[in-house]
Amino acid sequence: MTSEEIILAIKDIIQTIAPDEDLSELKTDVRLRDQIELDSMDFLDIVMELRKRYGVQVPEEDYKELATLDGCVAYLTPHMQGKTLKVGV
Amino acid sequence: MSDTRKYYKGSTDGKAPFHGDPLEGIEAAYDVVVVGSGLAGLTGAVILARAGRKVLLLEQHYNLGGLATWFKRRGGHIFDVSLHGFPAGMKKTCRKYWTKDIADSIARLDGIRFDNPQFRFDTEFTREDFVHKLQTVFGLSQTAIEGFFAELAQMDFYSNSGETVGELFERHFPGRNDVHRLLLEPISYANGSHLSDPAIAYGIVFGNFMASGVYTFSGGTDRLVKAMKAELERLGVEIRNRVQVDRILVEQGRVRAVVAHGRTIACRAVLSNANLRATVERLVGQEHFTPEYAASVSQVRLNNSSCQVYMGLKEGESIPFITDLLFTSSAARFDSMELCDLHTQSRTFSFYYPKTRPGLERYTIVASTNAHWSDWNKLTPEQYEAEKAALIQRTLTSVEQYVPGVRTKIEHVEAATPRTFEFYVQSPEGTSFGTKFEGLKPSMTMHEQVRGLFHAGSVGIIMSGWLGAANYGVIAANKVDAWLHSLVEVNA
Repeated sequence: MTSEEIILAIKDIIQTIAPDEDLSELKTDVRLRDQIELDSMDFLDIVMELRKRYGVQVPEEDYKELATLDGCVAYLTPHMQGKTLKVGV
Repeated sequence: MSDTRKYYKGSTDGKAPFHGDPLEGIEAAYDVVVVGSGLAGLTGAVILARAGRKVLLLEQHYNLGGLATWFKRRGGHIFDVSLHGFPAGMKKTCRKYWTKDIADSIARLDGIRFDNPQFRFDTEFTREDFVHKLQTVFGLSQTAIEGFFAELAQMDFYSNSGETVGELFERHFPGRNDVHRLLLEPISYANGSHLSDPAIAYGIVFGNFMASGVYTFSGGTDRLVKAMKAELERLGVEIRNRVQVDRILVEQGRVRAVVAHGRTIACRAVLSNANLRATVERLVGQEHFTPEYAASVSQVRLNNSSCQVYMGLKEGESIPFITDLLFTSSAARFDSMELCDLHTQSRTFSFYYPKTRPGLERYTIVASTNAHWSDWNKLTPEQYEAEKAALIQRTLTSVEQYVPGVRTKIEHVEAATPRTFEFYVQSPEGTSFGTKFEGLKPSMTMHEQVRGLFHAGSVGIIMSGWLGAANYGVIAANKVDAWLHSLVEVNA
C-alpha cells in the first residue's frame, strides 16, 4: 500500500468513527486530536479497525505512533505491504 | 419436597427452581465465552461479534443487563434499578458500538435539584452552571473556581498523584464542607466515591458529567436491554440466561473452557464480567495466578452497596413535574460515612414520569441510598424485615415533603438492600459499584496471568456506572480480539 493509500485507509476508518467530522482539510503533520474531536476510545477504535480490515496488530505501547497521519504512514507502511485498500466497509 | 409457589420473594425465599436445560442446543466450542451480561459484558460481546468472533454470552439471571436492570410488579408497575443519569458520552458510545436507534433514545434530564441544610437549588449539572452557583450561592472567587476546574481538566489516568478526593477539595476549597457536598454527593451515588478515594477516579467521572449535564434512556432500561439483545442476536451471538457458570477451566496457564450446568464448553478466551474477586477466587481459582497477583486481588476492597425504595403510583394517578433527580439530605454536614449509614438521612430520588416510557401514562419514584453490606447482613430475619419497613417509612416521609399527598397515590412500595443486590446480581457483599481504585490494575492485567482470560466490569471507580462499564467492555474486547488474532497467526 502506498503512503497515499494508507492515509485514505486511516481517514476512512476515522470517518466511520466520527461520521460528522470533515476530514478533507486534515494536515498530515499535526496531531489528529488537535484537529478533530478524537478521544482515547476513538484511538482504540482505529486500532480495532486496522486489525479487522487489514489484519494489522498495533500493540498498546505503539499507539502513540498513530498520533499524526504522517506517523501512521511511517508506522504502518511495513505492516501494510501487499494489503488491499478497503474503504466504505 | 417440591416447591410449587408461583411467587418468590427475592433473597428471603431463594430462587425459583428452573426446569429444563438452559444450555440445550449450544455448540461444543466458541472463540470466546462472555461470563455475565452487565453493560461491560454486553458491550464486549457486541464488539467481539462485530469482529467476526463466535461468542457465547452466559448470564445467571433471567434478564440481561446486570445491575442495569428493571423489574415488574402487579398493577403494571415497572421499576428501573440503575437508570438515574449518565454523562453525555454514553450517546457517542452507543452510536459507535451499538446502534443509531439506541443512541437516538438518549435524552437529557430536564431537572436536577439539591436540597439539604447547606443549600438548595436546581442545576443544569454543567461546568458553566456549577461555576455560576459557586460564585453566586457559595460566594467563591472566580480564581478559586477556575483553579479547581483547570486542575480537573489536567487530570489524566497516568498521572495519579495519590491525593484523595478530600485532600483535593481541602486544597481548593478549605473548610468548605458545603462545597465538598456539592461536588461529591452526586458522584457518591453514581459510583460510590468517598472522600478517601483517589482524586483521579473522582475527577475523571465528575469531569465527564460536567461536559454537558446528565442524560437518561428514553423508553426505560427494559427497552435499552432488549434493543441490545436484538443487536447481539442479529450479529449471531449465542445468548443463554439462567446459566450459572461454575468454573473457568485453565490448563497450562491458558483458558480452555467454562463449566456450567454439568457441561464443559471449550473456548479460546473468556471475558469475565463477574466481579474481579469472584473471577479470580471463585471461577478460576487462586492457584492459577502468581502468589503476588492472587494476594493483590484478595486485598482489593469492594465498594459499598446500596438500598433502594421503589414506589409505584396507582394507574390513573399522577404527580406534577418536580425534578428528575433530587439529591436530598437532612444531615447538617456532608460526610461520606453518613451517606452509607444504616439510618442515613441522605438519599436521591429518581422521578419517572410518563416521558420515561412514552405511551405508558405511569409514574414511579425510586429512592437510592448508599449502604454497607455488614450493617444489613448481620440482622436476624425479624430485624431485617423491621429495618426494611423502617427504611420504607423514612423514605415515604421524605418524599411527602416534595410531593405532598403522594403517599395515598402510591399503590406498590418495596425495598431492596445490599442482600437483595447480592442475591440478584451475585456481586460479593452486594457491591453496586464494583471495587475500589486498586481493583483496576489486576483487572487490566489479568490476561498476563492466565492467557486468554480477560476481565471487564466495575473496577477502580473509573470503570463504574453505565458509561464506564460500557467503555471498559470495549477496551477489554479489543484485548480479547488481539489475543484471538495472535492465535490465528500462530496457526497459519
